[in-house]
Amino acid sequence: MPFVANFPLFCIVITLAGSVATSMLNGKNAFRLNTFIISLCLVMNFSLLVYLVTNPQQITYMMGHFPAPWGNETRFGPLEALVATVFCFVMLVSLISGKTDIFEDVKSDRVNIFYVMINLLMSSLLALVYTNDLFTAYVFVEINTLSACSVVMAKENGKTISATIRYLIMSLLGSGLFLMSIILLYDLTGHLLMVNIHENLVQLMASGDYMFPLTIIVGLLSVGMAMKSALFPFHTWLSHAHGSATTASSSILSGLVLKGYIILLIKVYCRVIGIEIVSQMKVLNILFVFGVMGMIIGSIDAIGETHIKRMIAYSSVAQMGYIYVGISLGTTAGFVAAVFHIIVHAFTKPMLFSAAGGFASASGHKYHFDQLKGAAYRNPIAGVAFVIGSLSMIGIPFFAGFGAKYYLSTAAMTNPGKMWFVLLALAISTVLNAVYYIKALATVYSREGVEDTARRKISKSYTIGMSLFIVANVALGLFYQRIVDILSLGMKFF
Amino acid sequence: MGPNLLNNYFETAAMILFGIGFTTLFLQPNLIKKVIGLNIMDSAIYLFLAAKGYIDGRLAPIVVNGVTDMETYINPIPSGLVLTGIVVGVSVTAVSLSLIQKLYKEYHTLDMDEILTKVSKEGDH
Repeated sequence: MPFVANFPLFCIVITLAGSVATSMLNGKNAFRLNTFIISLCLVMNFSLLVYLVTNPQQITYMMGHFPAPWGNETRFGPLEALVATVFCFVMLVSLISGKTDIFEDVKSDRVNIFYVMINLLMSSLLALVYTNDLFTAYVFVEINTLSACSVVMAKENGKTISATIRYLIMSLLGSGLFLMSIILLYDLTGHLLMVNIHENLVQLMASGDYMFPLTIIVGLLSVGMAMKSALFPFHTWLSHAHGSATTASSSILSGLVLKGYIILLIKVYCRVIGIEIVSQMKVLNILFVFGVMGMIIGSIDAIGETHIKRMIAYSSVAQMGYIYVGISLGTTAGFVAAVFHIIVHAFTKPMLFSAAGGFASASGHKYHFDQLKGAAYRNPIAGVAFVIGSLSMIGIPFFAGFGAKYYLSTAAMTNPGKMWFVLLALAISTVLNAVYYIKALATVYSREGVEDTARRKISKSYTIGMSLFIVANVALGLFYQRIVDILSLGMKFF
Repeated sequence: MGPNLLNNYFETAAMILFGIGFTTLFLQPNLIKKVIGLNIMDSAIYLFLAAKGYIDGRLAPIVVNGVTDMETYINPIPSGLVLTGIVVGVSVTAVSLSLIQKLYKEYHTLDMDEILTKVSKEGDH
């Protein structure tokens, strides 16, 4: 086994250890240590990705050399390495560009606690991507929930705390359902490692007796994960949690936290249950309906919203709809499209949130559109980022979002029954996206009735972070073919 | 269906309790009662696991008098899962209670609906 195979475990352990270490430092040093740790994770995951792309294979890493079914395992191929690399990158850049806001919004003696939570969040996200054990996944889902909640409430005012408690309750309902479903699965098969469960399920399916309990299990699990990742009818908590948190928190929550659960769900579908079995179930049709409705209703809600961060949050609801539609096609192409959409959204949405944070701090911490007129002149780099992010979200060619929509519609061709609905919903949703993003762009670039368009002083970290976001988005828009190739390769070794 | 439910009365009870806990956590406006619902829901899962892990007439998985025969003991993994679950449940409860305390200090009520009306009255900036 190559040395790089140790890296996933190293990353998880280093971030966990980092969360202990940052609790003992002051805010500034906590930021430095945290940046160092996440950069280290980025380098490790990237080298793993390079290794796995040049030597395509799937590695099963036994912790402590205990073989299945006794030991715990991580298991990964190119797809997991790519997703983990993206997560590390987005986390790093969101934290750099949101640094000024973090130090303003969080009480000065608690800044290190914020970074403790960020480290825990990173650790749990990586664990969700890499783990091969369902119960380990459950434990890290809960760690993820708690640290995400703490990141939301970092501002510690009434508004964020009430948003947090709504988020926490919804998340706990979701994890309750998830725990119930994995316990039922354990009861049915006697295993907790994903591959062993799959082997047993194949035998059970051959006898044909257990379709009904299995459908219930998949249903519970899907609803649980949908609640945690804000699929349409369960999305009510999202706009408040993402709208009121500090800039970096909103970026991380919408860019990464929601995605960790979806990666886990895809893993359960492909690796635990198996695509052939899942695609026979009606559960996917329910997810499909929710996804299509989310695509449209999320966009409609966003049009009516006057608070810039809440508008971007509602746009996330629509984007979650896209991802779930990709999953619910039940074909390999659909899963590739969904994961690619996850990557695109992880690059774009945090950039939009950071840009919105930049507009707000250049306009006296106001978030409503009538107070944001001309904000792009006060903070030009945020303006550029907002233009690129909006064009990408609308799906203009040469931007990353176009690739995501293109692959979703090609993937829809693999499922003739759902094809027309997907294409129609995509068309409607694209038009609606254009309506509110262009409205937002027109507002931040309008000079009408605005006296104050002088450039504000922008902190160095914000400029660096935004430049990295812009470069990454443009690069993704130009080279998305390569990313999709890696994902298709990864699906073979998933 | 009926006799099966009666024979597996532990599991049946666990599912009913899970339903009660879930709906309490979901629909109850009082925040403390929500946390109680959460705990009922979690305990129902532990009951289910413990009931599934127990085999009639076998001992707890602790080797006594040198008997190492597999047939003597129950499988220790479900009990281990219950323990892990309890740890997770305790931390989640602690976090939610401390959040509720903060909210109560801010808004002087435990009713979620009232809190939300007060929050929306505050307006946003």
